[in-house]
This record gives sequence, structure tokens and C-alpha cells, in this order.
Amino acid sequence: MKDTPLSNCERQFLLKAVEEKKRVDGRQTYDYRNIKITFGTEYGCCIVDLGKTRILAQVSCELVPPKDSRPTEGILFFNLELSPMASPAFELGRQSELLVKLNRQLERCLRNSKCIDTESLCVISGEKVWQIRVDVHVLNHDGNLMDAASIAAIAALSHFRRPEVAIQGRDITVFTPEERDPIPLSIYHMPICVSFAFFQQGTYLLVDPCEREERVMDGLLVIAMNKHREICSIQSSGGIMLLKEQVLRCSKIASVKVSEITELINKALDNDKRARKEGGKFGFAESMPKERITALKKDEAPVEMTDVQDTANEIISRTEAQPDIVKVPSPVVPAPGTGQVGEGLLNTWGLEEEEDEEEEQHEKEEMSTGEVMVLSDSEEDDVVILNPDANKPKRLEGGSKKGVEAPKKQKTSH
Amino acid sequence: MAGVELLSDQGYRLDGRKASELRKVQARMGVFAQADGSAYIEQGNTKALAVVYGPHEVRGSRSRTMHDRAVINCQYSMATFSTAERKRRPHGDRKSSEMSLHLKQTFEAAVLTQLYPRSQIDIYVKILQSDGGNYSACVNAATLALVDAGIPMRDYVCACTAGFVEDTPLADLCHAEESGGGTTLALALLPRSRHIALVQMDARLHQDHLDMLMEAAAEACRGLSKVLDGVVRQHLQEVSVLTRD
Repeated sequence: MKDTPLSNCERQFLLKAVEEKKRVDGRQTYDYRNIKITFGTEYGCCIVDLGKTRILAQVSCELVPPKDSRPTEGILFFNLELSPMASPAFELGRQSELLVKLNRQLERCLRNSKCIDTESLCVISGEKVWQIRVDVHVLNHDGNLMDAASIAAIAALSHFRRPEVAIQGRDITVFTPEERDPIPLSIYHMPICVSFAFFQQGTYLLVDPCEREERVMDGLLVIAMNKHREICSIQSSGGIMLLKEQVLRCSKIASVKVSEITELINKALDNDKRARKEGGKFGFAESMPKERITALKKDEAPVEMTDVQDTANEIISRTEAQPDIVKVPSPVVPAPGTGQVGEGLLNTWGLEEEEDEEEEQHEKEEMSTGEVMVLSDSEEDDVVILNPDANKPKRLEGGSKKGVEAPKKQKTSH
Repeated sequence: MAGVELLSDQGYRLDGRKASELRKVQARMGVFAQADGSAYIEQGNTKALAVVYGPHEVRGSRSRTMHDRAVINCQYSMATFSTAERKRRPHGDRKSSEMSLHLKQTFEAAVLTQLYPRSQIDIYVKILQSDGGNYSACVNAATLALVDAGIPMRDYVCACTAGFVEDTPLADLCHAEESGGGTTLALALLPRSRHIALVQMDARLHQDHLDMLMEAAAEACRGLSKVLDGVVRQHLQEVSVLTRD
């Protein structure tokens, strides 16, 4: 199934919002959505929630013969899957462009940056090494899969413990967790991807784009960094033209974000460790029990409410300060009733006493703007009832309807 | 890192180049009669062949048609004999599909696709010998092929790699330098506007060095653009002499 296309209306709304430095979910330009990291009961299992995007990473290991070119190094294997469960646009068993891109980016971010000591995974040189396999599954797609996947993968790798082995001559003994404590992988640093979405040929940029924003963006720049401010990979995509300065600026933003996220991962790992040590409850079931009932609960949009009262007061005072604007014959209000609805003039809805006055004004306006009406195109004449004998309420109805339509027609007539 | 000294104390690299020196670039345009545009390029020992068909009607699934611009279709492949170890699959593996994708993105940014609505431009690139900088050789070859096909572009797209060894940026890496595991930055630049069509970097690099490295890569790209421009002009001269009556 193909994705439902985005309507032009929605597209324009999103782009307009980006231009005004606003985001649909109330975030600031450089804000991340809430990140939640939870670990499963088994080692090396991790779910990352980034807003509504949810990704599961599972690490497993097995003993395999090494590659001929690198006989003393363990093997890291990454596999990211987009299941149809995450989004109707994903199809099973098809190598889509997105899938290739995400897989390669994950590989380049985690393997090429040498964040894991692969030499420590060697058991017998040239014969047996550990292959660490990281399976990343997208459970829900709400944009920015790359960042969530990289967080999930590195968190799962840091959480993972491999069984201990003993070598006697050529024999390898693998100990179960009961016999000997499994040992963690040696991780040098934690590379984390930060995505930047570009709009209007790179004029505007957003961190952590959600699915809607990803659909209207021009291009994406993914920078993977670790907390030591080392860049592990950069990848631009989607036919945008960037300038060097933009890339440098993004790398600065990324370094701040990465240090925050690394902190979060470490905290989550510590919490899990403590819970395990104390024999407390841990695992997915423990960390998300409430969601079963409240799965359909709508989150409140985090809209900034601090200065709402002030803004409202300001608007009120401004409208009160200039009530005579209605009397000014403006080019936008030749049709009857246009001054009433949604034209940024004095709002008289619900103001009973003033209504009569207003209507009188309308009558005047009608009279004065009668000629203008004739000048405009014939279509309009059909719609507008300029009969002065008609009942007042009736005309008001016609007028207010007109008010909605009039500006559009005015434009087309010119 | 791998036991090889990539930069000697005198400032020379493995193959005797200076840090900012490019490898020898040789190129020819119009190597095939059948295709709308074709080019062959050698950057040191890296050899690439590019062929362009189109713009033509969209083939295959109609659903790919774009009503406001042309679709660019890229296929990257490596000859089985291009590397030291014989390759089993010339194309279709993850790395090749990624490369095809990157080429597509690069040229979507550079070609004036909106001039050809509802059509398709095919770019096929083949690496005949791989000695580092495959992506950049492909981009440069494809640029020449597009010029040969007469497809309007914003500017030449010039790509080059750059590495970073001992606080010195190295331009145009060869295979030995690339496989050492050091930083590699691939940059596709539109030299006149200094816009970056694609940037890709691997392995660790401290943030403070990024500016220097990108500047080195951009400088190398500008150098390449002069070479490519020379090739195009020479080709035009040759062709105009042949077709004059």
C-alpha cells in the first residue's frame, strides 16, 4: 500500500509553520521529542521511544569463523527492518531506498567509527570469533527513524553481555550465565546520529523532524557524533544544496544534542543495572504497564501557555484602541458584511447592543459601495442580494455568507 | 594506523604526492555512439565509464512519473575485475545500491530536472578499476557524460575525497590511504556557487578539524572542475573541426 499523499493544504500549512519558526507539536526549532529508553529482561534488548517513533533493538551473538581479510577481529552485523506494522507505506521483503539508506547509515555510524573493540571478540585467531548481530526493528514510524535507531542500537550494545568462553588447546567451552557471569562488550564511545531537516533550499532547518515534517522537507543531513565532540559520520541526502557554513553550524548543534542523549542513555543503563542488582523489577512489562489502558489517550499538545493571558489582553486592548477602523472604507470591504467576519476588523460577535449600530453601518456601506459592486465581475452580482427592501436578518445572513466568499472573488476579479 | 606511514616527515604521501595534490586526471567524452552521452575518466588508477540515456519517456512503472520534473535513474556497478579480490556481484549489494542512491541524489540537485517534466534520465556508471575515490570518479564521469548528452545543469558537479592524517588534510585519497581506516570525506561540489550537492564522511574526526577538511576537499573539487572544463572545451573543439564543412 502506498502512503496517503499529503494534501496541498497540509503541505502549505506545514511549510508556513516552519517559516514562522513554529512546529506542529509545539516544539522549538532545535528541540528533540521526549526520548524514553527501556530495557528488556534479557541482556541486549532495548526499546527506544522518540515521541511516537518506537524502535526495538536486539543484540545476539554466535561463534563463527572470521573473515579472511581480518582473522583476529570479531564481526559486527547490523540489520534494520521496516515492518509493515510501523507504517502502511512499508512493504515486507522489499529493499526500498529508505531501507538501504538507514541500514548503511547505521553501519557507517557504528561500525566504521570503531566504537566497539572488535579485537576483543576474537576467540581463536583465524578460527573462531564472536559475531555480534544487532537487529533493529521499527515498531512505529513517526519520523526520524535514523536517530532513534542509532540510540536503540548503541544502548542495546552497551546493555548486552556475551557469555564467557574458556579455551583449552583447541576446545572452546561456552559458559552459561548460571556458571559464569556474562561479560559486557568493550565500548570505546557512543556515536549518536542527529538529523537535520532542511526546508526552502536550506533556509530553514529543524532538528528531529517528525513524520509530517519529513514529508515536506527538501533534504536531510545526518551527523553522527560522540560526546567527545568527534564526528563519526556525515551524510547529506535528498538533493539539497548546502553551504559549508551550514554543515559546520549543524555539527555544533549536534555536539550539544549528543551530549544530552549520551547522558540519558547512561542514566537509563545505570537505572537498569541498579534494578537488577537490587533484585527489583525490570524489563518492558515493568516500564510500560500503564499504556495498555491509556493507549488511546491523547497526549496534551505541549503548547506554551505562559503568556497567553498577556497576549489576549494585548489583542483586546489593540482592538479597543481602534474601533473606528470599520468606518474607513477599505478596498477589502465593498461587499456587505465583510467587516463582520474574519477580516481582522472589530469583532462584534456576541456584542448584542452594538449589533444594530453595526448593521446600520453596513447599510451605509452597502449604499456607498454599490457602484463598486457593479464594477466587479458578474458572478458576484448573482450572489449578492442588494435589495434594500429585504428583511434585516435575512440580509445579515446573506451578508455574513458573503463575508467569507467576498475576498476570494475580489482577487479573482482583478 | 595500519603500520604504513601515510605521510612522510618530508610531507610526501605513499605515491609521492604532496598533501593537496590530486592524482592525474585523464578524460574523454563521447566514447560510445549508441548512447546520448558518454564519458570515460581516469583518476590515477581509478577508472570509470559513464553512459547517459535520455531524457526520454518514463519506462517501467508509470507511477514513477513526476508531473513537474524528470526522474533520474542511476545505476552504479563495479566490474568483477575491478578490485584485487574478484567481485561476485557487480551490482545489487548494499554498498552498490547506496552508491546508486547517492549518485541519484547528487544529480537531482545539479540537473535542471524541471525542464523535462514526465521524462526520465538514465545514468549508468561502471567502475573498471577501483583505486579509491570510486564515488568521486563516478560523479565526474557522469558529469562529463551529461554534458556530452547536452542535458542542462546548474554547474559542473565535481567530486573529490579528502582524508585527515597527522593534522594535515590529504586530497584525493588512493585505495591504500582509504583502507587505512582513517577519516574519509567525499564531497560533491558545484564549484561556481560553492554549493554542496552531497557530503559524506566516515570514521572519527574531531569537530574542530571539520572546517579544514571540508575546505581541502572543496579546493580539490575546484581544481578538478578546471580539468573537466578543459576536457569539455577540447572535446568541443575536436568535434567542431570534424563537423565543419
